[in-house]
Amino acid sequence: MNGVELRNVTKAYAGLTVMENINLEITDGDFVVLLGPSGCGKSTLLNMIAGLEPTTGGEIHIGGRNVTELEPDERDIAMVFQSYALYPTMSVRKNIGFGLKMGGMRKDEIEKRVADVGELLQITPLLDRKPSQLSGGQQQRVAIGRALVREPSVFLFDEPLSNLDAKLRADMRVELKRLHERLGRTIVYVTHDQIEAMTLATKVVVLEKGRIQQADTPENVYRRPANHFVASFVGAPTMNFISGKMLQDGSDIVFDSGAGQLPLVDVPTEARNLIGQPITLGARPEHLLFDDAGIASRVLLAEPTGPDQYVRLAVAGSEITARCGPEQVFRSGSDTRILIDGARMSLFDPQSGQALLQA
Amino acid sequence: MRYNRLALYGLLILAAIMIMAPVFIMISTSLKSMDEIRNGSIFALPADPGFAAWGKAWFGDCSQALGDQCGGLSSSFLTSVKIVIPALILSVGLGAITGYALAAWKMKWANVMFAALLVGMFIPPQVTLYPLIIMIRELGIFGSIPGLILVHVIWGVAFTTMMFRNFFKTVPEDLLKAARIDGAGFWRLFWHVMLPLSLPILGVAMILQFTYIWNDFLLGLTFGGRSGQPMTVALNNLVGSQFGEKEYNVDMAATMLTALPTLAVYLLSGRLFVRGIAAGAVKG
Repeated sequence: MNGVELRNVTKAYAGLTVMENINLEITDGDFVVLLGPSGCGKSTLLNMIAGLEPTTGGEIHIGGRNVTELEPDERDIAMVFQSYALYPTMSVRKNIGFGLKMGGMRKDEIEKRVADVGELLQITPLLDRKPSQLSGGQQQRVAIGRALVREPSVFLFDEPLSNLDAKLRADMRVELKRLHERLGRTIVYVTHDQIEAMTLATKVVVLEKGRIQQADTPENVYRRPANHFVASFVGAPTMNFISGKMLQDGSDIVFDSGAGQLPLVDVPTEARNLIGQPITLGARPEHLLFDDAGIASRVLLAEPTGPDQYVRLAVAGSEITARCGPEQVFRSGSDTRILIDGARMSLFDPQSGQALLQA
Repeated sequence: MRYNRLALYGLLILAAIMIMAPVFIMISTSLKSMDEIRNGSIFALPADPGFAAWGKAWFGDCSQALGDQCGGLSSSFLTSVKIVIPALILSVGLGAITGYALAAWKMKWANVMFAALLVGMFIPPQVTLYPLIIMIRELGIFGSIPGLILVHVIWGVAFTTMMFRNFFKTVPEDLLKAARIDGAGFWRLFWHVMLPLSLPILGVAMILQFTYIWNDFLLGLTFGGRSGQPMTVALNNLVGSQFGEKEYNVDMAATMLTALPTLAVYLLSGRLFVRGIAAGAVKG
């Protein structure tokens, strides 16, 4: 049982509460990603789990132990930092073994463990170099090795891939996922990159303004966002939002924005109960369908990305983005017709921003 | 462009001459005999260079001895060494530790203490001389080498603390966090991570403190007493209190001897010194 549990964790700086009553249960072997914009408190939360920052209130349990008052090295955790934070004066070998040495482990045992980790991460030829002689990606591996060698219950990652270039980042992402599947250890991972969150996590925790907005599987966070913030933060390009209300038009349902009526198809029964109420409709670019039965819309711009293209449209008084395959050719200024896939759309309360359809 | 270079080198050569001329006169005079000094020009090279004056400056002239004192600088050289080595190690060592504590650990009043140290550095020693004398007297070590060492450490620690504190402030916070997670406490973080990082600054602090303590005159004169007179005080006595004819060659040789250790330290550690200054400049 190597999970992490946060019970009513609160953080205040000089009387200003920045996080209040954070409750989160992370089960053994989970890969939990704390996702949020800068300043949402995700790093603070990670530092509190690590013991680098004291909590103002609440309890933190790791592996069934209350560690709230324990020092970082007593919590059975290891951490990887965005800046790698390798000791510049030590060789890679010493960097990796430093924690074990501080823990009083026998020299030959340290040697053996460092060698094993070096092999696992394929950094054996680098062991006698200094960090300054390594590339960014190699430094990142060493930082991960320094965490692995301690065999902790929980790994903490603080934006570990942010300093790498795009190609290397994608490679390291795959490697991290493999590593997690191979070791099966609990990981808490902080990032502002939603691709990392979607690809790596078994559970995504979306944070904003010191509050958990949603904690769920990546699929659910993407398909059933709990509120307006989560819907707008997750997904690129962003979800389209249109305010208005649904209207019954004979057997069809349309969405009336006040400046036009967008046809909806396959509207689920529970959504039909909301007809007539003021709501905010959220539709991801792939939820807009190019269809002759749709509403007339003007093409503003088409952005081909390779596998597909994003088409910026003016429709019913709003600007929205739709996704389609690369075959179709759109000219700026031409007309097309779209409708909304009601089965996959999200509906939000315009005041509270809460999702109105429950998963 | 060409004229600029010319002007630049001209200026540099001029500056070098201005600085080196007195040194040249000192060396040249110290190698002359008194007859030659009396009759010749001060700028003339020695006709028959010899180290007699250097010997006299170092060993003294025992034919004119008062008691068992021959008046040379050799005994006060040893006194200076006995003062400089412990004072150097203590002031730099303590400065490194306090600088590290102020920079790397979140302590109450850390900024207030640092401000106090800075203010302390800008007060001229003459101002606090009398209170210091009383303090040292009350400790019962006034007029002794340990007393003088303590005063040097008190004065030096403010400066070395500032140097180390400013250097350690540039160490990334993540590194300190990583060390805490690896289980390094106050001393082990200092010894294994911070001190090895600070080698360039350590070098600069050692050189500057060595120079300062070795060249000190006021504190040595005040606190050293008879037994703890450093070389600078002895030099002053040698130059200032002779009977009869003034022996310029001996005076010059004695001055050169007194200045040699600091000169040697600078020359031997030149590269380290420059590197340390540069490291401080880039990161600070």
